[in-house]
Amino acid sequence: MIDGQQRTHPDWVELEPPRKSRKRFSWTPYLFIAPNLLGFAAFTLLPLIFALVVSFADWDVISGMKGITWVGLENFRDGFSDPTFWKAMRITAIYVLGSIPLTVVLGLLLAVGLNGPSPGRGILRLIFFIPYIVNAVAISATWILLYHPRYGPINAILRWIGVDRPPLWLASSDWALPALIIMAIWGGVGYNAIIFLAALQTLPEDLYEASDLDGAGVIEKFRSITVPLLSPTTFFLLITGFIGSSQSWGMINLMTRGGPGTSTTVASYFIYQNAFQYYRFGYAAALSWIMFAIVLVLMLLLWVYQRRAVFYDS
Amino acid sequence: MSISAITPSGRSMKSVKRQRMVRWLIVFLVLWLIALLFVLPFYWMAISSLKRDIDVFRLPIRWWPDPISTYGFERVWTGPHPITKFMGNSLLVAGSRVFGEVLTASLAAYAFARMEFKGRNVIFVLYLATMIIPHQMLLVPRFILYQAIGIHDTLWALILPGMFTVFGTFLLRQFFMGIPLDLTDAAKIDGASELQCYWQIVMPLAKPAIASLMILAFVWSWNDYETPLVMLTTESRFTIPIGLTRYMDEGGGISPSLAMAGAVSSIVPVMVIFLLLQRQFIQALTRSGLKG
Repeated sequence: MIDGQQRTHPDWVELEPPRKSRKRFSWTPYLFIAPNLLGFAAFTLLPLIFALVVSFADWDVISGMKGITWVGLENFRDGFSDPTFWKAMRITAIYVLGSIPLTVVLGLLLAVGLNGPSPGRGILRLIFFIPYIVNAVAISATWILLYHPRYGPINAILRWIGVDRPPLWLASSDWALPALIIMAIWGGVGYNAIIFLAALQTLPEDLYEASDLDGAGVIEKFRSITVPLLSPTTFFLLITGFIGSSQSWGMINLMTRGGPGTSTTVASYFIYQNAFQYYRFGYAAALSWIMFAIVLVLMLLLWVYQRRAVFYDS
Repeated sequence: MSISAITPSGRSMKSVKRQRMVRWLIVFLVLWLIALLFVLPFYWMAISSLKRDIDVFRLPIRWWPDPISTYGFERVWTGPHPITKFMGNSLLVAGSRVFGEVLTASLAAYAFARMEFKGRNVIFVLYLATMIIPHQMLLVPRFILYQAIGIHDTLWALILPGMFTVFGTFLLRQFFMGIPLDLTDAAKIDGASELQCYWQIVMPLAKPAIASLMILAFVWSWNDYETPLVMLTTESRFTIPIGLTRYMDEGGGISPSLAMAGAVSSIVPVMVIFLLLQRQFIQALTRSGLKG
């Protein structure tokens, strides 16, 4: 702010010649970006080119360069006609749509609750946030035990409140995916609430005061002020949530290894299996390009939609 | 509608106040009830880590370990797969990554935010474009690359890519842009070099942003499970998350107290960081929200 004002001060403009003509070529900026740029080129750009090249090959990596067979577009054709892959994509869709929207909505409600002057707010915030900072292995080890059909505390509680035959959770192909969705929501709500809370604290107080004078109720204010003003944050959390949960497979590997059967084999886990369990690196690379393209198109559609629906303050 | 709304009907101030009180109490109770649901798994983890294996699954649930057994913790800390080894590896990886990332990202961010040079915008857009590429897509080609250059199954496979991140560069660039140019311009008139401006003016002013980056980079590195799973095969090089799987029998026969003792032990360091730096941590997360 201050900077901009001084820059355009008329005296300053008159006294100094335009900035551009003073500039001479200098290596300094390039030296500044060099370490980061070289590392970026080596560990991100180069691998990306690799990923493209490998997707046109049949290669198990272990047998070295001799083991490469170029197959053209075959990996992509196989991918598009592989029913297991498309089933995995369907499971991904259920997993993502089952967990993310609910996580965002609950996160918003929680943030509104935490925004009030309730005692112990700091402790509450801390509690909701713990799942975010705990590693996936510790979380999965705990939930595997919690979900234990015979002896786990969840079913013990369910039986105690009168559910005769509680679900078998991870051991059942019908309940394994819902079990993972419940965990994902539990793990994500706190983070969403924290982000919403920060956004809530930037909202203009006077809008609420004005609607107080109109006699608007709590729900009315939430619906007509809070929700529209927070829509950029909601959109951000939805997009990053969709992308993040469609990519992650670590939890699946720890909890169910894609099973029972293939009932929890999401697409990203299927890709992982192809690469690192079946050593079909070319096929895995091709599948991840297909999946990337699909996710990208969906996110672009969502972005076009949000330009009409999201309220940006300016 | 507006008329009845202007006068909040004929209710007395007292009843309005009471209504507020009731509403506040409901919110309060609901919040704590949800909090209980969130904390229960961790509470259960903690008590199970101190129970004997046969007591962990005893029904009805015992909400307190009795008798207390330290078997799990003894095995985790001094058994055949000591967690100290994994923790050392994790610390080494996270420490090197944080140091390298802050250094390379801040230098690059300084150039992107405060210097004019040919190709700046092209390079920066290229950086941003790769942020939408799923990390998972890089696993396969990085695996191949590491095999080729011989760092597969070493800690370098985790450290090196973490030292040069687009995210860190972007986060710091945003912050550096907010520091007035006049500050460094004045120093330059007095003969300071760009490097001096970077190190003596911009970096000290950017401490909050650097702290944010350090906290996030440390926690993400500490908790990363997918990368070491693919890149490491030798147990002596395992980091915490991968090492934890050693306490769970692959055959499915988990020793619950052992697994829970490992889980509790792995959480403690991040919990300490979080408790000490809670405000900065939350600031870091909201700041990282800028990446959208």
